Amino acid sequence: MAVAVKIPAALRAATGGASEVSVEGATVSEVLAALFEQFGELRERISDGDGSLRRFVNVYVAGEDIRFLEGLDTPVADGAELTILPAVAGG
Amino acid sequence: MAAENLKCKECGAEYPLEALYVCERCFGPLEVAYDHNRLDDLATLRRRIQAGSQDVWRYADFLPLSGPPPGPGNRQIPLAGVPAGWTPLVRAERLGERLGLSDVWVKNDAANPTHSFKDRVVAIASARARELGFDALACASTGNLGNAVAAQAAAIGLPSYVFVPADLEEQKLLGTGVYGTNLVEVRGNYDDVNRLCTELAAERDWAFVNINMRPYYAEGSKTVAFEIAEQLSWSLPDRLVVPIASGSLFTKIARGFEEWLDLGLIEGQLPVMNGAQATGCAPVASAYAAGQDFCQPVKPNTIAKSLAIGNPADGPYALDLARRSGGSIDAVTDDEIRAGIVLLAETTGIFTETAGGVSTAVLAQLAARGDIDRDERVVLVITGDGLKTLDAVRGSYASLHIDATVESFEESIAPAPMAATAAV
Repeated sequence: MAVAVKIPAALRAATGGASEVSVEGATVSEVLAALFEQFGELRERISDGDGSLRRFVNVYVAGEDIRFLEGLDTPVADGAELTILPAVAGG
Repeated sequence: MAAENLKCKECGAEYPLEALYVCERCFGPLEVAYDHNRLDDLATLRRRIQAGSQDVWRYADFLPLSGPPPGPGNRQIPLAGVPAGWTPLVRAERLGERLGLSDVWVKNDAANPTHSFKDRVVAIASARARELGFDALACASTGNLGNAVAAQAAAIGLPSYVFVPADLEEQKLLGTGVYGTNLVEVRGNYDDVNRLCTELAAERDWAFVNINMRPYYAEGSKTVAFEIAEQLSWSLPDRLVVPIASGSLFTKIARGFEEWLDLGLIEGQLPVMNGAQATGCAPVASAYAAGQDFCQPVKPNTIAKSLAIGNPADGPYALDLARRSGGSIDAVTDDEIRAGIVLLAETTGIFTETAGGVSTAVLAQLAARGDIDRDERVVLVITGDGLKTLDAVRGSYASLHIDATVESFEESIAPAPMAATAAV
């Protein structure tokens, strides 16, 4: 199942400048694993030692924060869009 | 100037003072780092501050511009923009009496040009944006920031783009649109707006004041602390009560005090820091109560829309600050918020918006709980004006409706005892 992953500007150095990457996966963790497979440098930047995401990393499936869904187990439909963004304070 | 570089709050990686806000190594937030050792001796520094302009730029030594403050004397950025800061710190004896406290003060940031503390952060972000050569301002806003960005852009002659949740109070939309900005009402809540703008910031060459300019923007909140210390004759209060949305204001006020304590400009210890949230959007207060060091995001549902950030990025730092300063983070209901607005208005003559109702209600809660000693010097930080959230006080008072005759007035103001008896 192909999923489009949108890469934030701060991580594009690790994807050879690509702002969007297509990978396979049925859940968020599968998609991320496929992404890390392709771009090894991303792993250490956004995930911490035990496989979860660093605390300032926000991941969205079809625009919804995965913490309101099923976290890393959230299913990702074929053709869906997964967005990685830094947490930013508001105003 | 003393600003040295940008530094990651998580891993310490350093970056140049550009339009960067996130660490490429660990995704942590970046913050301005200073070398204050290069400043003059304390007496000279204090004199320079006291002789400075009556706005945020009197603290230019502690703000992240590479050149002098904006204004006619600055060739690169000659337009001064909206003057922000140097707002009143007023003694609130009557509020204190009602709460059983003897030394309560109100820092009234509703007195800023667009009626909220956001003029401070926008002053810094927009000046730095001009130094960096940006030619448009933008922001994701819960309302007050939009007012401030639109006004500042008008004053300095730049186009601006203000993104807000579509369900904002009408007063905040009108008070943004009037300045001639590009107002974008987004179908979604603030966290949706913030996500959208974070994506847009990568695609557009605009200075998003609270995204790619965020390290500079956040520094503006330190000026609240500097002013309080200076207005208290270079001393510290014992405690502050501050509203929390993202947690940036709360943590930066403490940073301001700490910078001056480290330098020796003031003596004593960091005040107890109490954070205030609405129960309808209390991710930081909930994490505090649960003993956690991270925040679980929530979907906001509160009348305190200026605090309705369900995913507060500075939440972990706010939690740490409340704990290490001996404070807490508490939440109050919408009814308590309305009562807080009325309490402040009735006892100080200051009409605040819902966020100020939140802080006032939390102060009342802390006092009722016995957390505050009677003689403590407490500063209540009021961040915005009540005219921005008029619905919150609808129905909170009764008025007389009379004919234009003395008899009609006399009958209404003090009904005759007989008439009252007859009515029973």
